[in-house]
Amino acid sequence: MVSFDLSDDQRMISETVKKFALNEMRAIYRDCDEKGTIPPEFVSKAWELFLIPNNIPEAYGGVGEPRSVVTSTIIAEELAYGDFSLAVCALAPATVVYPLIEFGTEEQKQKYLPMFCEEQFKAAAAALMEPRIDFDLPSMKTTAALKGSEYVINGEKCLVPLAADAQVILVYAQTDASAGAKGVQAFLVDKGTAGMELGEREKNMGIKALDTRKVTFKDCRVPKANRLGGDAGCDTAKLINYTYIGLAAMATGVSKAAFEYARDYAKEREAFGEPIASRQAIAFMLAEMAIEVDATRLLAWEAAWRLDKGLDCDREAYLAKQYAAEKVLMITDRAVQILGGHGYIREHPVELWLRNGRGFATFEGLVTA
Amino acid sequence: MIDFELSEGIQNTRNMVHMLAENMMRPSARQYDEGEHGDKPWDFINMMWEDAKRRNRARFEAQKGAKKEAKSDKPSENAVMFANVIEELSWGDCGLYLNMGGGLGVAAVEAVGTPEQKERFLKRFTEGEPKWGAMAITEANAGSDTAAITTTAVRDGDEWVLNGEKIFVTSGKAAVVDSEGFVVVWATLDRSAGRAGIKSFIVEHGTPGMTVTKLEKKLGIRASDTCTIVFEDCRIPFNNILGSPEVQKKDSTSGFKGAMATFDATRPMVAASALGIGRAAIDFVKEEFQNRGIQIRYGISPYRMTAVEREVQQMEANLQAARLLTWRACWMMDQRQRNNLEASMAKAKAGLAVTLVTQKAVELLGPLGYSRELLLEKWMRDGKINDLFEGTGQINMLIVARRVLDYTREQLK
Repeated sequence: MVSFDLSDDQRMISETVKKFALNEMRAIYRDCDEKGTIPPEFVSKAWELFLIPNNIPEAYGGVGEPRSVVTSTIIAEELAYGDFSLAVCALAPATVVYPLIEFGTEEQKQKYLPMFCEEQFKAAAAALMEPRIDFDLPSMKTTAALKGSEYVINGEKCLVPLAADAQVILVYAQTDASAGAKGVQAFLVDKGTAGMELGEREKNMGIKALDTRKVTFKDCRVPKANRLGGDAGCDTAKLINYTYIGLAAMATGVSKAAFEYARDYAKEREAFGEPIASRQAIAFMLAEMAIEVDATRLLAWEAAWRLDKGLDCDREAYLAKQYAAEKVLMITDRAVQILGGHGYIREHPVELWLRNGRGFATFEGLVTA
Repeated sequence: MIDFELSEGIQNTRNMVHMLAENMMRPSARQYDEGEHGDKPWDFINMMWEDAKRRNRARFEAQKGAKKEAKSDKPSENAVMFANVIEELSWGDCGLYLNMGGGLGVAAVEAVGTPEQKERFLKRFTEGEPKWGAMAITEANAGSDTAAITTTAVRDGDEWVLNGEKIFVTSGKAAVVDSEGFVVVWATLDRSAGRAGIKSFIVEHGTPGMTVTKLEKKLGIRASDTCTIVFEDCRIPFNNILGSPEVQKKDSTSGFKGAMATFDATRPMVAASALGIGRAAIDFVKEEFQNRGIQIRYGISPYRMTAVEREVQQMEANLQAARLLTWRACWMMDQRQRNNLEASMAKAKAGLAVTLVTQKAVELLGPLGYSRELLLEKWMRDGKINDLFEGTGQINMLIVARRVLDYTREQLK
């Protein structure tokens, strides 16, 4: 039966994360963006929320709460409402942990999951995108060829968050060029594996607080057992759907932040003797922004709900992400517009949100729900 | 818990209505569009009427029962159900759907009528020949600005005397000429009292002094009549003022507010109708593409994507966004939550979505889209009404803006 009610648990976690976003993230995000760093204290505090270990089975040291993609979506939105860069950083390990929980072999789970249940944050990341204009899953150029008991990985990845610190990177690579998207599989590559080279830190338009790298693989050999899911492999398309939903949720969070800021500004800023919000030219922009924040959220929720129900979701997850990417750009741009010249100044957050918002059309695989 | 799965009851009903839409509506959709103001689609109307009578009977009885036990605030899934039925019917044909017996006047009496009024005016929707209950609000100089209406109601002993002219009355002729129905008329007791002076009145078919003077020729929904009704010293019983005695006080705005609140219930339904037309257009375009071997690929690089694929995907996402907003507004109604903001969000989004989607569909199919041999061009014409009636897209944006800004009418004009 159709319902738009959050469960009590979801409401509680949403409030907790929102409070964290407002108190811990909004306090530092501008500084992080300017300096291009994320303080370790922040990372520790975020880790203390236990968002990721919460879903790791008890057998591997976690809390053992069953995964709910809808709940992950709610968390992702609230974190990105605080700050997108910080949110990606805080949730980066999930891009390895969640795929392991769903598709990992027993051996893989035992090897990797316990380190993400420890008190200290351990960095991990997914390497999906490649630095070329026509990147998509079916045309994956990074290859993994089975040679004896090893996979040999070759190719180049970009926009890999926390790559420099990551204990393990989940690398997506083509195992069968004739199979297109279906041939793409994921591989667990440990820190320091020979043949994996980290590039210089990337200089991006937005997400400047976040350390992202190009990662190059030159005859990088990993044991056959490091293929996610072992011989059975994994359902890569499904993993991509999780990332679409995660991005859609984070775009919703950024959109909501920009909408609220512009709304409050428009009520305070006076021109010709009255608040600019009392003019329809401004008020209607805000109305449309409000509608689209809700619309993007509902599309993300629906796709997440489909995954939780085990329903096919390729189309829904992709459309939710595309829609969110389009709307977050519209909304953050409007926010800058409503602030006028002030919106262009780095004393206000909206220019940062516009730079971050622009990324969603490009990003893939950075986060997961 | 977040859930997007329709209950089994709604799914079954929806499937049934879909069959009906496909078999009983689609085949005659063009005929009644071209035959504007001609014969009514009686076959369809009669068939729907039989079913409506049954459902009305059950609903009215349930409402009576609920009142006695004071449990009318119990959650239901009526609104979500209605929205799904209306989406399917509009997928079949919006003009025919609007031609079905019943109407907004019925909804108004149901929502705010006294038990006596419900007995007197609603019983007829459970028996006999098809009947309509229309709603007359708009005037030549008062559309969205309903407070500006000039039709007057003056008390004379045990009667009200109505004078004025109403335009754009959906199914107005059906209500007062073609059937034993009625029309709910908004009129002012005292122009100087502003909104507090505005009340609604029920005028029976055939009441002397009420005349249908004009049938509008429209862009779309041509199967449905839209008319002008003139009231000239039109006398109605005192008890025909809609609602409780409280409403009848001259200084109370509860009548106006009550009437405006019915928009919160009807706007999501207009949005649902928009969804049906939009989906008809998208279904048709995708089917036509598939027949021609054109695939819509999801999850590929924008570099490889064709313009057509992008357009279709945007149409789909837009319409689904509107659908979810609509379901949310309906669900809130079913939960007895105030949904004024959400109803307007849904209406504004869906009205715009169906406009864009149907226009794009016509464009994508080239000459096929423009031809009257197919229904696409009709859907574009029909769809547009959803961005206009029950509040234009703009008035709904204004409501959304006021609500999100927490502004009064004075603060945001």
